[in-house]
Parts: sequence; C-alpha cells; structure tokens
Amino acid sequence: MSRISRRGLLGMGAAGVAGVAAAGAGALATRALIEEPAAHAESTGDPYPFYGRNQAGITTPAQDRLHFVAFDVITSKREELADLLQKWTAAAARMTQGRDAGPFGSVGGPLEAPPDDTGEALGLPASGLTLTIGFGSSLFDKRFGLADRRPAALADLPAFPGDELSPDISGGDICMQACAHDPQVAVHAIRNLARIGFGRVSVRYSQLGFGRTSSTSRAQTTPRNLLGFKDGTANIKLEDTSMLRDYVWAAPGDGPAWMDGGSYLVTRKIRMHVETWDRTSLGEQETIFGRDKGKGAPLTGHAEFDEPDLAKTGPDGQPVIPADSHVRLAHPSLHGGARLLRRGYNYVDGSDGLGRLDAGLFFMAYQRDPRKQFVPIQTELAAKDKLNEYIQHISSGVFACPPGVTDAGDYWGRALFS
Amino acid sequence: MRTTPAVAVAVVSLGLLAAACSGGGDGTSATSGGAAKPGKIAVAASDTDCKVATSQLPAGTSTFSVTNNGSKVTEFYVYAAGDRVMGEVENVVPGLTRDVIIELPAGSYQTACKPGMIGDGIRNALTVTGTSAPLTDNAKLADATASYKRYVQSQSETLLTKTQEFVDAVKAGDVDKAKALFPVARTYWERIEPVAEVFGDLDPAIDARENDVEPGQEWTGFHKIEKDLWVEKDISKDGPLADKLIADVTTIVQKANAATLSPVQLANGAKELLDEVATGKITGEEDRYSHTDLWDFDANLQGSQAAVQSLRPVLDERDPDLAKTLDDKFAAAEAALEQYRQGDGWKLHNELTKDDLKKLSDAINALAEPISKVAAVVAQ
Repeated sequence: MSRISRRGLLGMGAAGVAGVAAAGAGALATRALIEEPAAHAESTGDPYPFYGRNQAGITTPAQDRLHFVAFDVITSKREELADLLQKWTAAAARMTQGRDAGPFGSVGGPLEAPPDDTGEALGLPASGLTLTIGFGSSLFDKRFGLADRRPAALADLPAFPGDELSPDISGGDICMQACAHDPQVAVHAIRNLARIGFGRVSVRYSQLGFGRTSSTSRAQTTPRNLLGFKDGTANIKLEDTSMLRDYVWAAPGDGPAWMDGGSYLVTRKIRMHVETWDRTSLGEQETIFGRDKGKGAPLTGHAEFDEPDLAKTGPDGQPVIPADSHVRLAHPSLHGGARLLRRGYNYVDGSDGLGRLDAGLFFMAYQRDPRKQFVPIQTELAAKDKLNEYIQHISSGVFACPPGVTDAGDYWGRALFS
Repeated sequence: MRTTPAVAVAVVSLGLLAAACSGGGDGTSATSGGAAKPGKIAVAASDTDCKVATSQLPAGTSTFSVTNNGSKVTEFYVYAAGDRVMGEVENVVPGLTRDVIIELPAGSYQTACKPGMIGDGIRNALTVTGTSAPLTDNAKLADATASYKRYVQSQSETLLTKTQEFVDAVKAGDVDKAKALFPVARTYWERIEPVAEVFGDLDPAIDARENDVEPGQEWTGFHKIEKDLWVEKDISKDGPLADKLIADVTTIVQKANAATLSPVQLANGAKELLDEVATGKITGEEDRYSHTDLWDFDANLQGSQAAVQSLRPVLDERDPDLAKTLDDKFAAAEAALEQYRQGDGWKLHNELTKDDLKKLSDAINALAEPISKVAAVVAQ
C-alpha cells in the first residue's frame, strides 16, 4: 500500500487538517474586516470518493483550483474511444485517491520504460481532487454512431448580444474538469489524462483557474470574483436537496436514459476589463451589482443572505435595486424560479500585450436543462446587464456530463456506448 | 539537434554501449536456451482467491493467463521484494481471461490478485530458480543490431554522396543548385542522426543552429550555409565552411559504421527521432531560413521506422499488440504528412497553417507514446 500511494494516507492526512486549521485562523486574524465563519474541511489533503450515483466535482464543495480541458476526438473508431474512456476512468479512480496514474507509478517501473505517471504529484496528497467528464454536442455527429443518443437538452446555445467568441477556445468533443486544493495536483491529473489519450484525442484548449468564485456548500464562505464582489451568494448548494433534484440532476424521462443522474455544464470564459472597472466609483460598482461590496448584502438588506427586495423603491421613486443591475436580472423570480449551480473560477492568463491583465472569470454552471436555465438567464443579462460594459464573453461550451461511475466495473459513459 | 541534451545523450548512450558489449550481467536478461520454456501459467482469480497454477518457475519469460471467475474487476501483479512491480495486468473484467508476459530473474516473488482493484490483494509466494542468459545472446536481438547496422551503412553512403554534391555546388557559387540539394543531403543525415549523436562533438559542428553555438565557438555546418544561402544571399566566402562540412561528415560516417548500437539504443533512437520532429520540425526551428523542415520530418520518421523494423522480430514475439499499434501509428503519421508532398519534395513549413501543424503534432504524439514503450520490451 505504501508503494502505490503517493503518501502515507492516514498520518499525513490528519496532520494536514491540523496545519490548515491553524493557518486558517491566522489568515482570519489579519483579514478580519468582516466577520465570516471559518472555512471547514475545504483545504485538506483528503480524497473525495470517486464512485457514486453522480459524478464528483459538481456538488462537491468547490475546491480552490481548476484545470479544465476540452479535447477533440481524433480517432474515428468507436471502440478506441470507448477503450480510452475505460482507461481514463481507471486512471481517474487512482489519481482522485492520491495514487499514481498507472500501476507502476512515477518510480516503480522498469528503468528502460518511461514511467506511467509523470511524477509531479509524487509526495502530494489527494488534495480533494475531483475529475468530472462531459460530452459536447460535436461528439454526437456521424463519427461514432451516437447521433440518435444526443439529448435534446444538449442544444447549441443561441448567439447572445455582445458575444465575442473565439472558436479556438470554445466547444470540444469531450471536456474534463479537474478541481483540487493544490494546483499541481489538478495540472498533474489533466496532463496524465491527456497523455493517456494521445492518438485518440487531442487537446483543443485548456484553462487554469486559481480561485473559486462560487461556494457550493453552506460550510463554505462566499468568495469574491476579480471585480471584488462576492459571487455565488444565491448559488444552489450541496445541502439544497430539493433544488439539486429540480435544477441540477437530469431525471428519468428528461431525455435519454444514459444521462439519468447526469447534469449539463455550460462554460463561458468571461474576460473582465479590470482596469476600467477599478476606475469606477464604489457607488457605481454597487449599483451595477445591486449588492453592497463589503458584506455582499443586497442594496435592500443588511446581511449577505438577505433576500433582495426587488419591489422596494427609494425616495426618488426608482427601484433601490436598479432595473439593469446584475442581481435583479439574474434573479430566479424573473426566470420562473430557474437557478444554476455555479462553479466558476477566477483566471489570469498573464497580460494582453497592451499592459493590461488578461483576466476574468471562467464561468461554469451545472444544470438540469440549459434551455430552461442558462439560456433564459443569459438572454436577460446579455441584453440589459450594466456589467456588460466591463465584461466580454470570449468562449462558450455546453457538455452533457453523464452520471457517476458506480464501481470498478463501470466506466465514464458506459451507458452511452453500450 | 539540441546541443546540451545531445551531449548528455551521447554520454549515456556510450555507457549503455559499453554495458552491452561487456555482455550484460546488469539484470537485463532473456530466456536461456537451457531452461525449458514453461507453457502458460493459469491464474484463477475470484473475489476471495488467487490460485496460481505453480509456485515454482524457471528464470526467464513466463506467460500468466489470468481468468477472472469472480464478480469484481480484478488486477494481477507479480511483485519482487519491496513490492517492486515486475509485471501486471489491469482491468480483468469478470468472465474474461487476459495474458501477461513477465520476465523474472531467479529470486523470491509474490503474486497478487486485487478484486475490485483495491488494497494489497490476495498474495501467494512464487519462487524462481535457475539462470537466464544475457540479452545480447538472444539471436533475434543480435540480428536486430546487425540489420540496423546495414541500414546505417546504406544511408551514410548516400549521405556522403549528397553532401559532396551540396558542397561542390556551394564552392562553385551555384546558389540555385545548392538550395535544391540542401534538403536532399539533410534527408540522409536526419535518418541516422541518433547514431551521429553518439559522437557528441561532431554533431554540433555539422548541425548546430545559430542559437546553439556557445560563446567563443565558431558556427559551422549545414545551418550556417543555409543562412548564407537564404538570408545573406552570399556564399562567396563559404568555401572553407563547405570543406569542413564534408570533412566532418566523412569522419562521422566512418565512426558510425564502426559502431554497433545496442537494442535499447536502437529503441531509444527511434523515440529520439520523433522527439526531434516534435521539438524541431513541427515548430519550424530546424530549417528556419529555408523552411524545408518537412524533408527532415519525413527523414526522421523513416529513420525511426527503420530502427523499429530492425527490432520487429523481437517485438512480434514479446509484445505483438505493441507491434500492431506501431504499424497503425506509423501509417497514420505518414498519411498525415503525405498531404503536404509537392513534386519530388514537400511544401515549405511556412505554407502550413496552425491547424495543419496541429494535426501533424497529434500524429507524432500518437506514435511517440507507444514507441517510448519499445525500449523496455527489448530490454526484458
């Protein structure tokens, strides 16, 4: 066991928890501008279970780091693709538990052969790694005989006003989301899966995210996006079981049975013009969001989780939460109650050559049916949101994420391919 | 070529060469002629048991035939002391039988089945006795090195002829002819470059790019003349460079023909040629003035295939699946490149789009991953 594990599982795990708790207390002491509950087990090295009814990485409390990749399938053989999914599943089952990608590992194999694990995670714990797979609409063309299995909910998104989408970083036949508390662990996972896929898939694009912008559990504090505002206050959370049922998981009867227990992922890379935003007055910023910048409270309330009062008007007779504010336009009451489980990450891809940060939000949202959730919400936002002056959508993707892998005899997408 | 790594490779390669010539004894071994080669060793795996048909084996290569009679997917391992994996087969689903060939020198081992693919597994002792012969005694491997040596001889003869024609054109001031001969002469060089790299200092003299040259060193060889032909458009002073090039190529050809590469060196050479494609040719760095990179690409691919073909009888015996995969991937890489053939040669690198280059890159990645597994197979 000690050979195949990247670390001593029990001893170091416990020490890791204690260490992080101590560090967390220190951070709070110096940054205690606003009272917040201490973060719970969100920075430990511990693994999350890989097998289950649903894929991990959706309702899993959002980890700190992201490496997202989209692949094009380059083999034309259906059996090669199905075989790859089995190999990926086996490697993912190992890596998410803190083990090497292959049975020999980084250093356990013959000297004449390249190691079956690339080695940069050697000695690191599982770090909460989750790997979540999704299938893009392009996979359901003629190549693999899957056309009649395409779910109706996996519809291409309409063009939204203001979209400036680059095809090079949009779409893809298969996506893989790696989330972990340690960026090295997330990068390691994607690198090894890409390596296993050589000859059958080709990386179309990949995206690193360095800070979660949503909380997906009540145990987590609400983080901030690069505009400095709390993001995801009204997000669906792990504990909201009825909302998960209604708005996240595909249910029997929704579409093809292979998606039962799955979820649909919409990705949008949203560039933020942070320099112009930073020159905007605090009052203007808060008006644009409809929330207070410090606590994240709606402009009609006092605390972060107060429900926004969209009807309330000020002394001038105008709504306190303006008609073109972000919180109003995205509010479930405008969309028949529709909600999203957001799981986005801040990104900075260096600078843009003009001395500006190439930065923004890699938006990811899971849902039961994008046609009824993301599309109406984004239609409203794209048309009216005052925030559009400061942001631009530059990539887009929609993926059908199948249900979880139930045990070692199962694999990602088995029901789709069988 | 890449200067610093090339020198390091040369040192390592010579070390391997010395080890191979001294007759092994370093743990790499093959089945001895003396020990009777056992048939397949049946392994009956279930959710609670792991019955291996024998607990005693002669040293050498053995085939374990693992049948999963249980309800959970299983794995089968042979471990040496300290749980060092000697061989394994993964993902044996219920009802299925999978074979795995494992090379075991004399010693004490443990076999293990892992129902559910978790935990330490169900273990049994396995004792291996007797001796196994060193690698180079294997007739097929000896044949492989001899076969590749013949290839190097044939290529290096033409390399000398074509380099002489190129050098003559340069010295005669015939720019058009020199430009036409440049990629042709390089084809023969690029096919056998792993052999050339064994002789560390000559490779840079022949093939260094401008940024490979260390301070105080003079830049000589193909690429200096390439720059004079395509960028400076003046080869009037290149007579001494041309003389040095043919002298260096002559020396390296003599040395290459005198050397014998070990099977592992052959396998690693096949991989290194594809590394050259990935880092130098697809990027257009190799022939940055003439943009004739696809000639070199094609030559690297052919040289890699020649090395693998020399090893083919061994691969067919030890890992037929890998041999089949390599056939497929070589064919796919050739087909990917073939689209850019133009006349007797190839399109220029700067005529290809980013999308074209990505497809070529994918084809090389698809081929290089299985090729990286060849060395361990021939070293078994």
